[in-house]
Amino acid sequence: MISWLKPSVAERRLLPEGRSAGPMPWVIGIMMLLTTLAAAMGLAVGNASASLSNDIAGKLTIQVPEANQSTKNGQIRAILSEIRQVNAVVGVERVSDAQLAQLLDPWLGNVGADEDLPMPALIDVTLSRADATTILEITNLVTGIAPKARVDRHATWLSPLASLMTALKWLAFGLVLLMASATAATVILAVRAALNTHGETIAIMHLLGSSDNQIARLFQRRIALDAMLGCVAGFGVALAVMAVVGTRIGALGSDLLGGASLGLFGWLSILLLPVAGTALAAMIARLTVLRTLGKTL
Amino acid sequence: MQAFVRALMELKTVSRACRGHAWPVRENNSVRDFGRVMGTIVQFDNVGLRYGTGAETLTDVSFSLKEGGFYFLTGPSGAGKTSLLKLLYLSQRPSRGLIRLFGEDMVTLPRDRLPQFRRRIGVVFQDFRLIPHLSSFDNIALPLRVMGQSEKEVERSVTEMLGWVGLAERASARPATLSGGEQQRVAIARAVIARPDILVADEPTGNVDPDMAARLLHLFDGLNKLGTTLVIATHDLHLLTRIGNATMMRLEDGRLSDPTGLLRYPPRRDGVLA
Repeated sequence: MISWLKPSVAERRLLPEGRSAGPMPWVIGIMMLLTTLAAAMGLAVGNASASLSNDIAGKLTIQVPEANQSTKNGQIRAILSEIRQVNAVVGVERVSDAQLAQLLDPWLGNVGADEDLPMPALIDVTLSRADATTILEITNLVTGIAPKARVDRHATWLSPLASLMTALKWLAFGLVLLMASATAATVILAVRAALNTHGETIAIMHLLGSSDNQIARLFQRRIALDAMLGCVAGFGVALAVMAVVGTRIGALGSDLLGGASLGLFGWLSILLLPVAGTALAAMIARLTVLRTLGKTL
Repeated sequence: MQAFVRALMELKTVSRACRGHAWPVRENNSVRDFGRVMGTIVQFDNVGLRYGTGAETLTDVSFSLKEGGFYFLTGPSGAGKTSLLKLLYLSQRPSRGLIRLFGEDMVTLPRDRLPQFRRRIGVVFQDFRLIPHLSSFDNIALPLRVMGQSEKEVERSVTEMLGWVGLAERASARPATLSGGEQQRVAIARAVIARPDILVADEPTGNVDPDMAARLLHLFDGLNKLGTTLVIATHDLHLLTRIGNATMMRLEDGRLSDPTGLLRYPPRRDGVLA
């Protein structure tokens, strides 16, 4: 790979323009910065979405809106006792009055702790599987004990958020593809410009017996070096941006954003981006040169 | 001159090895086996060439060139000499007719096989076509580098060639700083350095003084003696008389006249007018 990227002095003289003389390394650098950020966002949001889905998929909350305290306590005891018998239930916990008051505090102030204010009781249930049969079984069981009780699936509440995160993930990957296409277009334009600039040199080399592959190799190597320069610079800046954003997200302490990490696969994918960018540029350059030369004799 | 001929003989071996295929070298007047008819290196049969939708530049051109022959192509300006040479050095395909070089049909030859034939043809262009950003040395070295010779070998061959064409002191000079005659010598050196089987030259002595013209003619003669077939387009009538065994080809209005019959296939042996 290294020797392939190291042209001989004679080959360097054949296409004399300096490596970073043109705008291509800059354009590719900016593309790589945006691609890396988009890919990182896509992977992080994807991981957060998966984490959120795992968290909410097997969670239920049972609301028992009974005004009479003793009746409510009786119903809760019965529900807790019965519901533990269901196979798919792996955890049942009543939300304490203190936790409930804390939850209501932002809306009702400290009146949430007032015993005269009728508050529904909440029971959190964790299931090993959240299929429709299990949900129906639990709903029947709960309404059999407390007819006014309501069974709420967390997935129902949070599915719009999960959908949004999934959409953001695909949007990010779409942006990566667009960026790759734009990079390819940039390379094609740069190669065509270089072919025009060096048209006479190429024509003479052809007449002296150069094959298309020999000529393509010269351009491919030059474009690859330009692309590598741009990719490394853009990737470096992107890593710095990611480090800053990561630190800020960590400081928020949010459970939802906390799931937005890259993971091992994510980091490996991100690290492959500059390599892929360079390889893509070299491949596009080669194909463009071969295609253009193929139209000549 | 003898040193140069010796150098060419050495180059012959190296350049053939670099072309990636070996062929029997013509020694003692034996014939190379290219699957072609013995002794014929170029064959044109009813060749016509038309640029775009214009009139034919070349019409019904038929001739054959013997391997190791020395040919002068003459004719008035606009007769089609350069077009004929373009067909010879594979820069153009004909609009019609058949062209065989080295026993292969060049009209239907796939594009990707053209380079291996071009490497066997040296060309001196009328306008030199030197690469402006390369030094004399690098311009001359180009055919050897295209063939993949080692830099050590390239340096040895090019240095010797530069000395022979009298440009040893101008090795690092770029074409723009060379006089017309010097550029022409660089162009000739580039054309012959790989010791081609055919050398095609378009007015190769047009910009040099008589002394250099004589030296270049000696070079061409030396190459011819080594087996290179030469086709030289020229207006210089003196050149025609300097090479005793040369055959003249004359183009007029895109048609080739062949009064001696020597260009026919097979050529007339006696050269008597038909």
